[in-house]
Formats: sequence, C-alpha cells, structure tokens
Amino acid sequence: MNDDLLRIGEFEFKSRLFTGTGLYPDTATMRGALEASACEMVTVAIRRVDLSDRSSESIASTLIEGGYTILPNTAGCYTAEEAIRTAKLARELLDTPLIKLEVIGCKKTLFPDITETLKAAQILVKDGFTVLPYFTDDPVAARKLEEMGCAAVMPLAAPIGSGLGIQNPANLEIIVEQANVPVIVDAGVGTASDAALAMELGVDAILMNTAIARADDPIGMAKAMRYAVEAGRLAYRSGRVPKKLYATASSPLQGIIGSKHQ
Amino acid sequence: MIRLIVNGQERSFQSPIDVRGLLDALGLGDTLVAVERNREIVPRAEYASTPLEENDEIEIVHFVGGG
Repeated sequence: MNDDLLRIGEFEFKSRLFTGTGLYPDTATMRGALEASACEMVTVAIRRVDLSDRSSESIASTLIEGGYTILPNTAGCYTAEEAIRTAKLARELLDTPLIKLEVIGCKKTLFPDITETLKAAQILVKDGFTVLPYFTDDPVAARKLEEMGCAAVMPLAAPIGSGLGIQNPANLEIIVEQANVPVIVDAGVGTASDAALAMELGVDAILMNTAIARADDPIGMAKAMRYAVEAGRLAYRSGRVPKKLYATASSPLQGIIGSKHQ
Repeated sequence: MIRLIVNGQERSFQSPIDVRGLLDALGLGDTLVAVERNREIVPRAEYASTPLEENDEIEIVHFVGGG
C-alpha cells in the first residue's frame, strides 16, 4: 500500500501507527518494540533535567539514531499557558514545528480541558506550529480544531492508559465523516482488535503507548499492533460487505446432488 | 559568586557566567537541552552571549519517554 501515504502538515508517513515512548521497562525493550511496530513517528514528553541525578538512561540517542520523527507532547499541562510554554521549549529543543497538544482538565480521568485546548491550539497555530490536539471524541470540538488550522485531530477512544478500547465508535465515525484533516485515535486502545476496529471505522492513524509498553511482551504486542493497524486500514479501503440479519449461501443452489430439479 | 534558581533549586556559581558557562558547570555542555531564562527561551546560538544575573530563574529541559 505504498500509494496510501498519510500526510500531516509537511510530514509524510507510510506507517499509520504512532507510538509513545513512556512506561517501557528499559530502553532496549523500547527500541525493540519501536522496530517491531514499524512506526515512523514517536511521542516524547518535555521535562526538567534532573540536576542531582543524571544516571537515568537517555532515550535521545535511540530515537535520533533510529531516524524517528519526534512528536513532543504537552502532557502534564493543565492550562493553555503551560501548554504553550512547553510547546515553545519543545520547538527549541527538537527544532520541529510538531506538537501534540494535551491540556488536561481532570487528574482522575485525564480527560482534556476543551476550553483550554481550543485556546492553546489557536495561539500555537498562529505561531506556526503543526498542532495535533488530543481531545474528547466530540465532533463539534473536532470541527472547531480543524477550522482553527490544526494539522490533524486526535480524539480519544477511552481514557489514557485505560485499555478500554473504542468506547464510542459512532462518534468516531461522525468525526471521520466530517473531517478534512487526518483523524488519529489517541489513547484508550488495549489490544490488537481495538486498533483494527478503529482503522475499519476510517480513522487515519492510531497513537498508542500503554497498550504496547505495558503488555507482558511489548515487542510481540508492537508487532500485533502493526498488523492490526495495517489489516484495519486495508479492510476499510477494501469496502466491507453490508451487515444482514439472515443468511445468503456462498455456494450455488443449483445442481445439488439428489435434488429433483436441474 | 552569583545566585541563580535553576530548575527550581537555588544554586551559586562563579561570576560572571553566561548560559554556555552554566551548562558546562552543570555537566550539560554536550547534552541536548532547551533553556529558558526568566520565562524567555534562550536560543542555542545565544548561549555564550547571554550573561546571567543575580536571582535569574533558569529552566533547563530535555525530552523523556512519554505518550
């Protein structure tokens, strides 16, 4: 499916699976999982350098040498102001216009604060960022984010890290139907069938972290997710049969042995 | 000596010092970081031409694993 490229702003991807880099037991497992997933874009978080403890292994060399497109996030921000500050530091750090905008409104559910998200998106788009906003699966918010100039919209499928799967397929379908920018499911996928289902609904890509990093075998799960995303995408493009209540035989009804008719 | 607030901690350094000197003093000379001085980003090209003053608040960030 080399003709099936995904374009986000000025970036182009063959893989429709984006992965996070958090929660892995160690860097070697992360490296193995990223390779097995065949993903081309990975998310990272921006944090203070720990001045008293420099012992923690850096993932920077793995990601840079791996040639991955790096998508910094604003995770941990609760206001537009904090998110914009983080985005500007990320741009300086990584020399990229890409930003995964995440403004959280609730510590327990990690659901986004839509008012602050819209506010931050508007300012960041004007400042030249390629903005990929995480938001609740709300078609109205999706439309507003697109109209503001976001390069993609990233509805959640379920709460971050919950693994609950696609909670509201109907909303995702509506968002896909009306969108003129890529729709990326961000958060909530638990296993391969969730990823395939989302892709079959017509979303353009999936971003996941916990489902891979916290699996018993992250490298195995990364591979499963790769195939699930590819299979779901191919099924979507191939046009599924309509659902019917009753059976339709697959074999000819004529010439059945022993029948009284021809 | 000059007192700076670096990543929320009070620290003293030899004076005068610029951003480049601060990063070297912290052992971050070769690390990929971004720097804010009093909430303004200091572009990498300006590290050596940005002198620091008493009570400056400095943020030094890098990227870590995240989703």
